[in-house]
This record gives sequence, structure tokens and C-alpha cells, in this order.
Amino acid sequence: MSEALALEANGLTKVYGTGHTQVVAMRDASLRLHRGEVAALLGPSGAGKSTFLLCVGLINPPTRGRVAIGGRPVLDGPRALVDLRRFRRESVGFVFQKSNLIPFLNAADNVQIVGELVGRPASQARARAMELLEALGVGARARNMPTQLSGGEQQRVTVARALANQPSLILADEPTAALDSKRGRQVMELFRDVAHKHGTGIIVVTHDHRALDVFDTVYQMEDGSLRPATHAGIEASSGPASTS
Amino acid sequence: MNLAVRDIRHSIGRFALTTIGVGMLLMVVMGMGGIYRGLVDDALVVTRGVGADLWVVQRDTRGPFAEVSRLPRSVVDRVAAVPGVMDACEFVFHTIQREHGGRPLRMGVLGLGWPIDKGQGLPLIAGRPLAQNHYEMIADESLGLTLGERIRLGKDTYTVVGITRWLVSSGGDGIACFTSRDAQSIQFDEPGESVRLERRARRNRADQVDFGRTQPSVLERASGLSGNIAALPGPAISAVIARLSPGADAKEVQAIIGAWGDVTTYTKDQQEQLLLKGSVDRARRQILLFRVLLTIISAVIMALIIYTLTLDKLHPIALLKLIGAPNRTIVGLILQQSLIMGALAFGVGHLIGLKLFPMFPRRVLVTNDDLLRVAGIVLVISVFASLLGIWKAMRVAPNEAIG
Repeated sequence: MSEALALEANGLTKVYGTGHTQVVAMRDASLRLHRGEVAALLGPSGAGKSTFLLCVGLINPPTRGRVAIGGRPVLDGPRALVDLRRFRRESVGFVFQKSNLIPFLNAADNVQIVGELVGRPASQARARAMELLEALGVGARARNMPTQLSGGEQQRVTVARALANQPSLILADEPTAALDSKRGRQVMELFRDVAHKHGTGIIVVTHDHRALDVFDTVYQMEDGSLRPATHAGIEASSGPASTS
Repeated sequence: MNLAVRDIRHSIGRFALTTIGVGMLLMVVMGMGGIYRGLVDDALVVTRGVGADLWVVQRDTRGPFAEVSRLPRSVVDRVAAVPGVMDACEFVFHTIQREHGGRPLRMGVLGLGWPIDKGQGLPLIAGRPLAQNHYEMIADESLGLTLGERIRLGKDTYTVVGITRWLVSSGGDGIACFTSRDAQSIQFDEPGESVRLERRARRNRADQVDFGRTQPSVLERASGLSGNIAALPGPAISAVIARLSPGADAKEVQAIIGAWGDVTTYTKDQQEQLLLKGSVDRARRQILLFRVLLTIISAVIMALIIYTLTLDKLHPIALLKLIGAPNRTIVGLILQQSLIMGALAFGVGHLIGLKLFPMFPRRVLVTNDDLLRVAGIVLVISVFASLLGIWKAMRVAPNEAIG
């Protein structure tokens, strides 16, 4: 396992159910993501993109295969090699289609809490939260509750939260689906800048083909199989947006 | 960062209303305990007030509070002559209901052993003890009488010379204190017509026997005052209360008096136990059962409220799990909310009770011990109430935040 890798997934297979009801949601998926690399993950609805994210995000372990994050082996099949929840809060950040902010915390608190969860003193976590919000252009909205923020502002706060603990890996599942194309591109560029600046590996599931030039690599998922995207594959997946 | 406080602040209106509701429920729990304490205290206030070491009552009765007890007045002198007894006096107690000022006036009539007991040991808040043998009374403020007010009872009129507070019978009726002679006059008062008819009946009975026919003076006596007829006993008293000399052995004195065939003797503690296990006991058990039920209902309601509050937070809880929050953070969020609600509800209940309980027709006596006990119960309820919510929160999967 290389420490230069933000994520190393080898032969991930996820099987749901048994016997007649058995469904293979993902088969033998492998991916190596370097630190500072931004990868796009394309694929039609039901291709297994979310399953992949849940597996490498340590939320729903694979049936078979291995996962290492930041050079540290964390999953061997369904067997956890570390305290997954603890590892998740220290090393993995999430950004989703919906902003997913905690509704009873204001913007700054939503970012600060991630720092506090890893044991950072409240003042330090607050300073870090404000720094990130300022950097992402929503510093002036720090005291606003999520319902008082626009969709783009909410998504920026979510990105700030994902970055708060300087994770090795950020997983984003259609983060621009609720945004217009201009805002969507801004967020994608934001991911690229963050990855390059902080050395964070970022995987973004997206259907927005207009922003594919932002990514360092593009992967495609189809019928549970993961492979580098081809031009034809990209064209094929440019249909209606999925919500997988 | 305290997530529980942040969540409460976010939905402060709903939380406040819920807390006030639970608080009022807890106020009823406190009130039930207070009513019980009040009952016990009211029941014992007379026995403690008169300061008797021994109670001598009619043989095989549990009087004078639990049942009717009648003793001839001569027992006072017999008890006073027993070695170890410092002084003895009659005790008269009964309940009457009359009209006064156009409203019903129900009171316990307590006869004080004049001249030894003038009511100086009573909880007076205004006026003075009795100063003369007749026609004065000390009334509890719950009777609504004022100092100097005159009230006609039987054939006599009495003046209120003193006011007491919380001097009530075990039934909750305010007590008025008279000399024992006045108390007996009130108790045994008969209408003039009834007296005339009884005198006539006595004369008729005497007329039908040889003795009456041959002795005309007997017929004359039979038609006169009953107090002048030696064959008729004087008015009975309810009990005799005795105070013992310093150093006297109560059990020894009790054994001497207990050997008499016409009386039964109780010590002060025995008399209190008779009161508590007799007239107050059923009310006490009833209130206790209500209190237990209310406590259970409070626990169930709090559990449902905390559970509902948790259901409203399932998405944020899943999100917290997704970003790696440990279970203790989530348990802390629910448990702290439950404890904050319990503590605030306790405070609200106590404050409302302080304002409301004095308006109750009977005394609600909430002691510090009871408050501590209720606080302990609230603590336990809060913890148990949060268990259902915690159980639900623990079953939430982090990927539910994504869906």
C-alpha cells in the first residue's frame, strides 16, 4: 500500500441477498486515487456508483475486496481493520446532492462540530471553520441557519465541513445536481482547487459532462463494474440524470 | 458544542410548551405528595397541640378521633390521683355544622381543660388564649371568622378572641377551641321543646311507679333540671388527657390505669398511630396509588415526547453518524435533552405549585424531603424516558442521511 495514495480499492464486490434473491451490485471494482487527484465517476442509474461510494466511505462494507485510505488498510471484505466511525471522522469527508447540513446548527457550527468530534478544542475548531468558510466565500453567512442559505451556499458549507479535518479522501455524490450550471462548475472547480492545494483525493459522482475537463481522471461504472471512461462511455452516460 | 442545547434553541417554542406541560404533570405529582403530608399533619396537629403524654378513653374504643368515646367526668380526678401523673384534664371533641352569616359553617369543637389549658399552646396568629371560663372561643382562620366576631352556638353566644393557622381536624374542618364546659354545652344542646318533652316524659315515668305516687317531691324533681337529679349522669367527656411528672415511667402509669375495667389508655405515639392507621390510612393509600399512577403516566408521556423529538432528528442523527460522531455524542444529545426537560419541568412544576397550592381548600404540604424525592424520581424518569429515543437513534444507519 502506497502512502501517496488517497484511496486504494482492490477487487470490491458487493452482493445483496442470497440464493434466488441475490443481487450483485458491484463486481471486482478497483481504483487507485492519488493524493491531490480529482476523479469523476460516471454511470447510468443503478450502475453501482453509490454502492462504490458507500463501500469506500466505510458506511457499507463490501462483501469481498480491500480498501486502504491514506495508505492505511481499513477494510478486508466485510471485516473492519480499524474503528470505522472514528476513521471516517478523521480521514473521510462527504458531500452529497442534498446539502445535508444539521438543521439546528448554523453554518459555522456545522463545520466546527467536525473539528470537535476529533478532539480539537472548540476555539481551534471554530477558527478553522471560519477560515474555511471565508475561503469558500460564505464567511459572511457563518451565523445563518441552513434554511437561511441558498442551495449554492449550503453546498459550500458542506464542502467546508468535508475539509475541516483535512481528510485523505472526499467522496461527493452528485454535489451539483441542485445547482445551476454556473454554480455547478464553480463547485467542481472548488473541488479541484481543494484537492490540489490540500493534497486530498476526491471522487465525484456526476452527470454534468460540461465540467469533466475539471477532473484529473474519469471513471465509468456500468453493471457494477468500474473502469476508466472511454469517449463512447461518456457519451452513453450523458443521458438523463440518474439519482443512484 | 452542546448539541442538545442547540437543538432546544432551534425549536424553543415547542420545547417550552412541552416542558410546561410535563411541569404541570409533575406539579400534580408533587401536589399529591403534599396533600398526603397535609392529611398526616392535619391529623396530628391536635394530638401534638394538646401535648398529652397519655390518652384515657372509653374501654375498648379507639377514641376520641377514630370513634366515639364517652367517659364520665369523674375519670379526670381518678387519673389525676395516679402516681406519676402531673395533671389531668378532660378532652372534648366533636364536629358540628351550623349556619353562620348565611353560609354553612362546619367546625371541629375542641374542649380545652380549663383552667390548666387555656389554649396557650395553640398556633395563634392573632388575638390571645382564652381568658374566661365561658363564652370565648379561639377559631382557625380556615373557618373565616374574625377577631371579635360573635357567633351563636346552641343557646349561648361566643366571641372569637384568638385565630389559629392550620389547626384542622383529620377531616379537614377548621377547629374552634372552647373551654370543655362550653364545648359540652354546644355538643349536648337540645331545643327547648325537646327539654320540655323529656321533663314531661320523666314525670310520666315517675307517676307510674309507687315511689312517684307516694313522694310528690320526686315528681317535682323529675319535672326540673336534669342536673339536679342525682340518678342522671352529667354530660360525658370524650377522653381524659394526662401529662406525666418529669421522670415518670409512661408504661408504668399506663399499666396502672389500664388495669381499671372502664377505660383504655394510649400513649401519645399509640394515639398518633391510631389516627394514621385509622381515619387517614385509606386516604393516604389512595393518594399514594394516585401518585404512583401519575408518576408512571409522567414517565410514559415524557418517554413519548423524547421519542417523538428523536424521530424528528433521525436525519441529523444519521448525518452525525455519517460524519463519524461516536455513539456517546448521539446518546448525550438525547439524554441531555431529556434531563434538561426533566429539570426544567421540575422547576416549572414547583413554581406553579408554590402559587397554586395555597389556594387549595385543604393544606398541601410539600416538604424539602418530598421535593428531593420527586427530583430523584424525575431524574430516573428522564433517564428511562430517553431510553426509547436512544434505542431508536442507535438503529439509524448513517447511509439514511444520504437517501
